[in-house]
Amino acid sequence: MNRINKVFEQKKDEKVMSLFITAGYPDINETVDLILGFERNGADIIELGMPFSDPLADGPTIQYSSNMAISNGVTIQGIFGMVAETRKNSEIPIILMGYINPILRFGLGEFFSSAAKAGVDGLIVPDLPLDEATMIEEFAHTHEIQLIYLIAPNTSDERMQLSDDKSNGFVYCVSVTGVTGARDGSEVQQSVDTFIQRSKANITKNPLMVGFGIKNYNDAQSISKEVDGFIVGSALIETIKNAYPNEHWKEEVFNFVHQLKFGYPNQ
Amino acid sequence: MSVITTNTYSEPNHKGYFGAYGGKFVPETLIPALNELECAYKEASEDPEFENEYLRLLHEYVGRPTELSFADRLTNYYGGAKIYLKREDLCHTGAHKINNAIGQILLALKMGKKRIIAETGAGQHGVATATACAKFGVECIVYMGEEDMVRQKLNVDRMRLMGAEVRGVSSGSKTLKDATNEAIRDWVTNVDDTFYIIGSVVGPHPYPMMVRNFHRIIGDETKRQLMDIEGRLPDYLIACVGGGSNAIGIFYPFINDNVHIIGIEAGGLGVESGQTAATLTKGIPGVLHGSMSYLLHDQEGQIELAHSISAGLDYPGIGPEHAYLHDTKRVDYRAVTDAQALEAVSLLSRLEGIIPALETAHAFAWLDELMPKTTSEEIVVLNCSGRGDKDMETISRYL
Repeated sequence: MNRINKVFEQKKDEKVMSLFITAGYPDINETVDLILGFERNGADIIELGMPFSDPLADGPTIQYSSNMAISNGVTIQGIFGMVAETRKNSEIPIILMGYINPILRFGLGEFFSSAAKAGVDGLIVPDLPLDEATMIEEFAHTHEIQLIYLIAPNTSDERMQLSDDKSNGFVYCVSVTGVTGARDGSEVQQSVDTFIQRSKANITKNPLMVGFGIKNYNDAQSISKEVDGFIVGSALIETIKNAYPNEHWKEEVFNFVHQLKFGYPNQ
Repeated sequence: MSVITTNTYSEPNHKGYFGAYGGKFVPETLIPALNELECAYKEASEDPEFENEYLRLLHEYVGRPTELSFADRLTNYYGGAKIYLKREDLCHTGAHKINNAIGQILLALKMGKKRIIAETGAGQHGVATATACAKFGVECIVYMGEEDMVRQKLNVDRMRLMGAEVRGVSSGSKTLKDATNEAIRDWVTNVDDTFYIIGSVVGPHPYPMMVRNFHRIIGDETKRQLMDIEGRLPDYLIACVGGGSNAIGIFYPFINDNVHIIGIEAGGLGVESGQTAATLTKGIPGVLHGSMSYLLHDQEGQIELAHSISAGLDYPGIGPEHAYLHDTKRVDYRAVTDAQALEAVSLLSRLEGIIPALETAHAFAWLDELMPKTTSEEIVVLNCSGRGDKDMETISRYL
């Protein structure tokens, strides 16, 4: 069974936590160690961002980490290397997340076969909606990479059902209409309840994960109350940005991760 | 040179593709907005009342039809074909961009959208949008790269004077590409009440088609005017191409005709210099700002910075329809350098008393190449897409 499906099988009684980091941020040599540390501190799934120069679905935080990672010289080949390195010590599901242009430039066939070989489990492409995704579906299927689609509060019931049909692993609920980034909890909560209800009615095949705007344990618990888990990205990257390169930056970051999942620090 | 003539040109297809180019590469949040826009546009384009209102405004407010001027001294200078200029520089606000801004704002109002956003490079589209918003009393926010705000300060002041909020964009290269990213982020966030007036034939479907159709009046008028004056079609059509809106506007009505069509890109310091905006000459297909087209990007698929002396052409992408017309060889795309464009500004100013925009000057610069190959029996029409007042600061540095 695919690693992603297995996690949802095993964690039925808790909220699955998926963490996003930009590969190569804050340093190319830290990414594998961060992933392993996240896993030790409660992460159930890793979303590894492949940086793009023009991330139009992302807010300032992920724009920043993407630019830094590109300056650090991260490449797609290098990211496959990071995944392969992680696989020596971990079976945590790894989902690559990135815009379509670098993937196309790498070459679709080559991208999916290298991803599979490195031990990648899934792929999220924020600027490749269902209508355009037919170009990658066959490659993904052949190499057993699960495709995860996003739904937003303004997505119609019909498109939600189609996303459920096309997704494998889980469906990603974008809690607000907007770009990625930590938000005030109340701003997210207001509108999210009706959206989650509608998502649950339409998404029947896949688990549901909710993301965008979650910044702490309380946000995470309340927003994911009715679904299978939650996704945190910008708030984690903010934590790294504030802590790096202090002497104990990694401990601070891992503490944040532990707190996010369990509600108390790891010490 | 052979000209392939198609009698059945019907691009784009129902999914917004011009051959392999175009599409809707946007976050899911924008899909309902694009679908809504597509329906509203389809309805409007079949509604004679909408068409009449659009044409009335273009006549009474923009000043259309613009003249087709015979450039006698320029013609004598080259000693070849007769040169006619389609005078889009005479449009209200000083460039063709207003045709599209008027079309889209009418659509926005029809759709009940009360907040308008736009991106701008040279500031001409920003000014056109600010103008249309002032005319209709609608809130207007224009995203503009901070570098462009310096290069085109006059246009920033014009927009502000008309009540628009100009938001400086400090990310990336601080130019048009980054202003477009920021406008899309705004749209994703405020998708319910906001209409995004895109300024060129770029972006996700239906924008490239819709913007083309709002500018085709340039070519339709040209055809009629030249028939009146000369009783025939031109032999050559020339326009500058950044995103490609003025070019497609004048080209499109001639697509099925036996006319040699030439699009001039901004070569910057030279197409081999690494400091260029010649997307079709140097680019490779990829996806940026919602559509598949030719792009300047590196081995890793990271978008490269374009360079052009003209802010309006300083863009690493190009409209998907131009990519298609390039591949099918229906249009011949060439590039001229910053220096050639500046020379053309002086030449046109002295010979015709017309100071062209730096963008437009790129099309004029190609005459050096083209005219010696023409004969006095032939006719060249050049789209004089905008006037150069906004560029005086840049131009005077080189005088």
